[in-house]
Amino acid sequence: MGLLTFKGGVHPYDGKELSKNYPIEKYLPKGEMVYPLSQHIGAPAVPVVAKGDRVLAGQKIADAGGFVSAPVHSSVSGTVKGMEQRLTATGSMVNSIIIENDQQYEETEFTPARLEELSKEEILKRIQDGGVVGMGGAGFPTHVKLSPKDPDKIEFVLVNGAECEPYLTSDYRRMLEEPEKIVEGLRVMLTLFDNAKGYICIEDNKPDCIEKMKALVADIPRIEVKELMTKYPQGGERTLIYATTGREINSSMLPADVGCVVDNVDTVVAIYKAVLLGRPVMSRIVTVTGDAINQPKNFTVLTGTNMEELIQAAGGLKDHAAKVISGGPMMGFAMYDLHVPCIKTSSAFLCLEKDPVSEAQQTACINCGRCVSVCPGHVLPARLATFAEHGDMAAFEKYDGMECCECGCCSYVCPAKRPLTQSIKSMRKMVLANRKKK
Amino acid sequence: MDQMLHVSSNPHVRDKMSTSRIMQLVVIALLPASVFGIWNFGFRALLIILVSVVSSVAFEWLYDHFMHKQNTITDYSAVVTGLLLALNMPASIPLWMPVLGSAFAIIVVKQLFGGLGQNIMNPALAGRCFLMISFAGKMTDFAVSDGFRGVVDSVTGATPLAALKDHGFTDGSVPVWDMFLGNTQGTIGETSALAILIGAVILLIFKVIDLKVPLTYIGSFSVFVILYMLFSGMGFDGNYLFSHLFGGGLMLGAWFMATDYVTTPITVKGQLVYGCCLGVLTAVFRLFGGSAEGVSYAIIFCNLLVPLIERVTRPIAFGKGGKKA
Repeated sequence: MGLLTFKGGVHPYDGKELSKNYPIEKYLPKGEMVYPLSQHIGAPAVPVVAKGDRVLAGQKIADAGGFVSAPVHSSVSGTVKGMEQRLTATGSMVNSIIIENDQQYEETEFTPARLEELSKEEILKRIQDGGVVGMGGAGFPTHVKLSPKDPDKIEFVLVNGAECEPYLTSDYRRMLEEPEKIVEGLRVMLTLFDNAKGYICIEDNKPDCIEKMKALVADIPRIEVKELMTKYPQGGERTLIYATTGREINSSMLPADVGCVVDNVDTVVAIYKAVLLGRPVMSRIVTVTGDAINQPKNFTVLTGTNMEELIQAAGGLKDHAAKVISGGPMMGFAMYDLHVPCIKTSSAFLCLEKDPVSEAQQTACINCGRCVSVCPGHVLPARLATFAEHGDMAAFEKYDGMECCECGCCSYVCPAKRPLTQSIKSMRKMVLANRKKK
Repeated sequence: MDQMLHVSSNPHVRDKMSTSRIMQLVVIALLPASVFGIWNFGFRALLIILVSVVSSVAFEWLYDHFMHKQNTITDYSAVVTGLLLALNMPASIPLWMPVLGSAFAIIVVKQLFGGLGQNIMNPALAGRCFLMISFAGKMTDFAVSDGFRGVVDSVTGATPLAALKDHGFTDGSVPVWDMFLGNTQGTIGETSALAILIGAVILLIFKVIDLKVPLTYIGSFSVFVILYMLFSGMGFDGNYLFSHLFGGGLMLGAWFMATDYVTTPITVKGQLVYGCCLGVLTAVFRLFGGSAEGVSYAIIFCNLLVPLIERVTRPIAFGKGGKKA
């Protein structure tokens, strides 16, 4: 069988060897814990605790602010110190609950359940109450994703273990160390969709995971492991669906429109914990890596932990670090201040000694077509960027600018070092804002 | 944390390939053809190449300097233009001609249209055509060649293609094998298909070019020539076909000038269409036109079609019109 893939994409230096061989270590935070109320897409959560309250680990401290929203839980026991605006990894100030960690890790009572005894509604309720969101980075509330209009029309539940972002190894370690939790989570999801098959999708640069996972699902009739070609952005929602099912969705469609549900492996584990163990999202796996960190590692981190602490736990930054990125090098956010909390969607902190972006000198477009050949959205990035620079919104939309998935391949490959993705991204935001106005 | 961190929008990594590196690779890939040209046509060819390259770079620098623009000679594109221009000239021309050609190529065709990336025609070819039109005699006078070897037919000074044009068939005076190796008359860089192909392989290995344009160009050209042979009653003649393929500027044009990024469609389908247009037009010019050569005019003519080709070959965005559930 040929490897599954899509047309376009790039092969950046993957840097995974820096951290891939370090087993997941549990990191216990020392300082205060910060819980932003927006760790997801949708309405911010609403605090349900007040200053001075004592909270336990796993206790809900903020309730969902609507259907498309998710509650926030404390990951430690301690005292609520207050509520204030705090800087997050994406650079924005977000209302956050601050908790003084008493280092006791006293937990509230969790209520485990058996899958056979739960109805579909109860499963969804437990996922919603567990504060589960897309932990691959987008943070879309999972219970919303799992409640499509017609659940019977869902044919594929795709577990995204591609981890196509360079440097990241958190999903890799998860699949290697706790594959059975992923399979359990997937079984929970399949219970919701009677006509669906489950695919666990892994890039072929992780043969050990593929082997392990295949052995584990060999006797489960509805679950298969799919091998993907190693290429960025193989783990993008649209490219993943195309590679495994041959179906295409555009910017105005949802995966459910082509009978698919896609969730990252860490999300699937969160589903397992929320539904079967009754434990909400209190931790996640974070890769701290890059050539500017002294000892790259993979950690299990409690949400709310200060990132600066994590960097210290990984041996600290080298003297000449140029850039620290929350997430991977292709889609992550560059940070100017390391005092930000780890949230549900923080998959990695990448510290680089060199910043190729500031070193690159932009020259004129020579029309080489590299951006076109790598674009998984099959648009013309060079043209779109020019329209964006000229502020030509009509031409931008006519040339399918809204179909860009902002994967960054065009900027990566551009020999003239034009900020193609960046220009297109800004223009897309403007178009969306404009649509809202109407 | 005392140090300052860089902040920029994603992606945070870049491919190593840059514009100047691409241009450097093109120069390297042109070296086999250049060296062969010098070997074939002697010291004079080297002189033409040097004059052409130096004057191209000089005009680029002068224009940038006096128009108060950022200096762009470090991107090596002027070197490529100068070198290509030289390779498209006979070794016998007077030295002021490459200078004039460079001036036209760099200042009129490239800079007046906005510099690198904005020219609507390949500058080197436009420079060549400018000289062809203005000084047709000198540009088609191949009767020099003291050469380092002296094997070149310096009596008649006719290129194999011109002979082909005059006789309508190959008289066998120049074996196809010699045309492939380059033991013939022609411009400095065009005679040796072998040297050009070595350069093409370099470009392919470093992914500077791909096969789409050259193959559709050479393929559609061959198909047209074969059809012409069959319908004109000549019957299939392998010698005739290969003389057309290895004679004249087809190889140099297909691998090094038709593949010029700036004047090639950016879309994949467009590149295929463009290659086919080139092949057909070149064949039409060569078989039915007044001149033995057709490559230069075909390429600059198709350069002008590029915006139109791009408009009709826009790809369908992912998920728009593809397979649905």
